[in-house]
Amino acid sequence: MKEQLKIDFNKIQEVSNFSNRDIKIKKSYLNKFIENGFPNRKQENWKFLDINQIISNNISDLSFYNDYSIENKIDPSIFIDDLEHNKIIFINGRVEKIDLSYEDKKQIEIIEDSYTIDMSENNNSLIDLNIALSNKHFKILIKKGYSLKKPLIIYHLSNEKMKSKNINLRLDFELEQNSSLKLIDFFSDYSEKNFMNIFYNFNLDRDAILKNYKIDKSLNKNLKYSFNNIDQKQNSISETFVFSAGSDYFKNEINCNLKGEYSSAFINGIFSLDDNKQHEIRTTINHLVENTKSYQLIKSVLGKNTKSAYQGRIYVDSKAQKTDGYQLSKAILLDETSEFNAKPELEIYADDVKCSHGSASGSLDDNSIFYLMSRGLNYKQAKGLLINGFLLDVIEKITDAEIKDLLKKMIGLKK
Amino acid sequence: MDTREKDIENLKDYKYGFTTDIENIKAPKGLNENVIKFISNIKKEPKWMLDFRLKAFERFKLLKEPDWQKPKYPKIDYQDLYYYSAPKSMKDKPKSLEELDPKLLETYNKLGIPLQEQARLNGIAVDAVFDSVSVATTFKGELTKHGIIFCSMSEAIQKHPNLVKKYLGTVIPTTDHFFATLNSAVFTDGSFVYIPEGVKCPMELSTYFRINASETGQFERTLIIADKGSYVSYLEGCTAPMRDENQLHAANVELIALDDAEIKYSTVQNWYPGDENGKGGIYNFVTKRGLCKGKNSKISWTQVETGSAITWKYPSCILKGDNSIGEFYSIAITNNHQKADTGTKMIHLGKNTKSKIISKGISAGFSDMTYRGLVDINSKAKNSSNYTQCDSLLMGNKCGAHTVPYIKNKNFDSNVAHEATTSKISEEQLHYCQQRGLNPEEAVGLIVNGFCKEVLQQLPMEFAVEAQKLVGISLEGSVG
Repeated sequence: MKEQLKIDFNKIQEVSNFSNRDIKIKKSYLNKFIENGFPNRKQENWKFLDINQIISNNISDLSFYNDYSIENKIDPSIFIDDLEHNKIIFINGRVEKIDLSYEDKKQIEIIEDSYTIDMSENNNSLIDLNIALSNKHFKILIKKGYSLKKPLIIYHLSNEKMKSKNINLRLDFELEQNSSLKLIDFFSDYSEKNFMNIFYNFNLDRDAILKNYKIDKSLNKNLKYSFNNIDQKQNSISETFVFSAGSDYFKNEINCNLKGEYSSAFINGIFSLDDNKQHEIRTTINHLVENTKSYQLIKSVLGKNTKSAYQGRIYVDSKAQKTDGYQLSKAILLDETSEFNAKPELEIYADDVKCSHGSASGSLDDNSIFYLMSRGLNYKQAKGLLINGFLLDVIEKITDAEIKDLLKKMIGLKK
Repeated sequence: MDTREKDIENLKDYKYGFTTDIENIKAPKGLNENVIKFISNIKKEPKWMLDFRLKAFERFKLLKEPDWQKPKYPKIDYQDLYYYSAPKSMKDKPKSLEELDPKLLETYNKLGIPLQEQARLNGIAVDAVFDSVSVATTFKGELTKHGIIFCSMSEAIQKHPNLVKKYLGTVIPTTDHFFATLNSAVFTDGSFVYIPEGVKCPMELSTYFRINASETGQFERTLIIADKGSYVSYLEGCTAPMRDENQLHAANVELIALDDAEIKYSTVQNWYPGDENGKGGIYNFVTKRGLCKGKNSKISWTQVETGSAITWKYPSCILKGDNSIGEFYSIAITNNHQKADTGTKMIHLGKNTKSKIISKGISAGFSDMTYRGLVDINSKAKNSSNYTQCDSLLMGNKCGAHTVPYIKNKNFDSNVAHEATTSKISEEQLHYCQQRGLNPEEAVGLIVNGFCKEVLQQLPMEFAVEAQKLVGISLEGSVG
């Protein structure tokens, strides 16, 4: 793999026009990745789902070369019709189109950015890989006081050219004071057996509001990894929602740094898995100052041969008095081959805090099924109703009514 | 140097150190095959026992000391330890209570420990009338009548080799982790209990009543076997503070419950925690594991951990037999610079197995407390269930409380529920208690006892009263 990486890296440099400085930085991250390789179960964060093993089992001939100079055709049929929205379209990791037609152009700036943030302290080798191999990335800056009128949907598409390939992409978002953004990540794949590695970095200034919805619904045989780093200043709010269902493997990592007083973070997630899928959500919430809040709710419905994992960590610094941190994860196991793993972790150094976590897993309640069947539903209907009710709880946490409706329609909770 | 490193640096000056010099018989310093042979020889062990030790030692050489735990400690030089030294003779021991540390005596009085008892704990020869040895002898007669074997490990190896051979190392094999393997190679003594089929042990067994129990050394090995349909309740340690000269304690405790048998194992640990500045204190790195081998068997662990500079242990249950039950009740209190990383493992293998975990952690001062636990439901463990509750209480913002549960559910018929909370003592509660005339320390003691009630209830009666007092004493100086 090492040789392949080096060859592919050089090939990418040939067809792209990075500055010398960028190439130097990229090279150092490449070397770091080569040294460490893909993470494996020996690392605590990858204990439940070993990506090294998953990649070698699924993609035997993974290659890293990606020609970002070739344009791809956009297929408009995949666009979401029910909702007026702005678009950013990624095909095979390349930005094909940025369409912000609903917005005031003066209030949003799109900057072709280089490596302003220092990620040298990270020990996540997938981030190293991302920085080494991703194309030029954009920074989206939303100016002071501006709220986007319509949600921004980022389409992540891949076509048949991407078989057995690794796609890396990265976006930075800067939300200035009192601005707000609703961001939807929508995944749709026309290829098989690729590995997508996404890295978002959010910077929220005072009073800014970020809502990020990640929807992985269409069934595909790909592996995905997504990392959100969110830095929050005073009074800012971040809401992250993950619907994790379609891909063969999907790990979502959300790292939230609550650096300003009265800032809050909400993370809600659904795993709805069937047929050999393995998904994970890992969250880290760092409460670094006083009066910050975080809430997390993760629910899983697990079918045949599936595995889901939730690792949630709440860290409360000794300065962060009056912290509220809540975590709850629940799972329904539908088949004898399904598996649920959880590691809800609290690390607390301040005494005036309210922190709790809960985790429960089990099968569907027989009494409830019996009750519904006695009212005339068949077994399948009764099961469906109970599962929908179980998941609806999480959907109801979505604070944006339009997007909530969209999701309900997508999952089939509403016609 | 940050404060933690400094603490570690200071620990090195622990006055008892790792090299206790006793003029009696002792093995040469260091760890090698000859030392193991020396230990085996001096204890007149049969060849199979020596082979057991050597096999463990072979494995030990391949192992690396674990470093994933939260409390860090200075590196231990295993070649710089004495692995065997015969018990102290009477002349080395204090002659009377006056020679003891007045602080220790004060604590004894607070706990309400009788005078002769205090003397016995410190190895002072006491009047024949009060000698608990004679009490122990009476108990021993009663036990023999029921066919119960309760003796030291060394004695069991000589007198009941078949039982020891059959069960020793079946729960904690010689190929286990670093400290357990070290123990398998060099263990010196410990308790052995065998309860025959259908016998309900008429009294609480305690190390306390075993003759020569006090000097088991730093590598203790305990084996308890409850045969079909039997019951035993075993107490380890006592509420009185224990000064010990060995800084590292790596004991192994194995419990085996056969069909319909029940073992209840209670621990109160109050070893020297070091002084207010975190200097000195004992490292308690113990491996405790119970195997519910038979159907309908039950193993219950109860622990009150208030002592030791570092407590690092996870009493576990392997629920192999169908319908077997595992329970874990724990109170861990850390004050000053104490550190604890404790919890349990519940491994569900059999059908209809049940487990319950109640853990209460209290940290005060500069201490650090971690609950770390595993609940693993195997795919064959149909219809099993687990309930976990772990609560932490923090006093002050210089201490830490952490919860790291691992939950693995591979069976769709099984239910796992986990709950954890972290909070502090509310001002209202304190105010209310003080208004009724309690001083702040008494108030905290009362509230904490309430917080721990679920666990204290599990302790045998006579223990529970002392444990309650102990909870209060352990937190002295943490308020106000």
